[in-house]
Amino acid sequence: MIISVASGKGGTGKTTVATNLAASVGGKVLLMDCDVEEPNAHLFLNPVFESTRTVTTPVPEIDEEKCTRCGKCAEICQFRALVVLGQTVLSFENLCHSCGGCEMVCPVKAIRWKERGLGTIRKGRRNGLEFVDGQLRIGEAMSPPLIREVRAQTAAEGLTIIDAPPGTSCPVIAAMKGADFVLLVTEPTPFGLHDLKLALGAVRMLGIPCGLVINRSDIGYGKVKEYAREESLPVLMEIPFDRGIAEAYSRGELLSENMPGWKEKFMELYRRIDSLVKREKSS
Amino acid sequence: MKIAVTSQGRELDSQVDPRFGRAAYILIVDSETMAFEVLDNRENVNSLKGAGIQAAADVHNKGAAVLLTGFCGPNAFKTLNAAGVKVANDASGTVREAVQAFLDGKLTFADKENVEGNW
Repeated sequence: MIISVASGKGGTGKTTVATNLAASVGGKVLLMDCDVEEPNAHLFLNPVFESTRTVTTPVPEIDEEKCTRCGKCAEICQFRALVVLGQTVLSFENLCHSCGGCEMVCPVKAIRWKERGLGTIRKGRRNGLEFVDGQLRIGEAMSPPLIREVRAQTAAEGLTIIDAPPGTSCPVIAAMKGADFVLLVTEPTPFGLHDLKLALGAVRMLGIPCGLVINRSDIGYGKVKEYAREESLPVLMEIPFDRGIAEAYSRGELLSENMPGWKEKFMELYRRIDSLVKREKSS
Repeated sequence: MKIAVTSQGRELDSQVDPRFGRAAYILIVDSETMAFEVLDNRENVNSLKGAGIQAAADVHNKGAAVLLTGFCGPNAFKTLNAAGVKVANDASGTVREAVQAFLDGKLTFADKENVEGNW
């Protein structure tokens, strides 16, 4: 089973929920940090890293001898990665999405491919828990191909928990698509609710069953729960606004290992997700 | 000489649009006759990426030798540079005033971008 932990708004507690869930469930579990722009799940799990490799994406290189400056490649490129100005062909490889359109329309086969580095993937483990994360190269704008490469490390069996990036755009979709369940984490604030609506819209578009965790649940804005009720979005867990939790977090500690009762709460969260997924599959 | 000026409107008395790639319009002004052509750049305004590159290619294709604007990012500057279009990024006031200031030698040519990409 694949559970993707997403949020819309940043800083709501995705990583807290993903890491604690991963550390609590037991059995064969893989935690994937797909927030490749600033991965931080490793700070809470302290895995021993066993391997690191670079991920690249192909970008075009123009063979100036063959090129006739017809401009067809620049015309088809939706990202302006190629421009023809008189006799000059400019290539902005950082803008290239590697679609290959330029090669298809080039009448003289003047497009060659070279690799642009996207970032690195690290693999490790902590006790029985397997861990993988992606780190986007500084200056790189495109994270979805790296996220997809991290996702490709998903084991055929057992539980995979994905710590998704915030937002609702392409990187988040790349971290949710194909998951069996999306666990949305929000906070009871107008901002949290605003982005929760966007996130739920994206999840529903993907047709993935989902549930909600409300973090800092007792700080007083009731409209998140109201909204969840209206949308039939089950509230699967509430985490109170608690100094002890904040302190444990600031020390990089897992609640499930350092605060009594929380391991059981995360196990219960998993059981509730599991039953929702099973119900979905049988219907 | 043809001078490209980023503009908030379609007239010579419109205000200069300080942005380049995402300017509403680009006016291509003939500095001798003050006749001008309006380039509608609004499609570029909402593009995800590469607005400056496209606007730069458009300016080049219209045969402008000089661009007067406010802010020009790295990709746009690289494109304009490759196309041989000189950039003055201290233009302000109306389009007409900017052209006059340029002709009076009051604007300076930039030798690099003056703003980061996607600002």
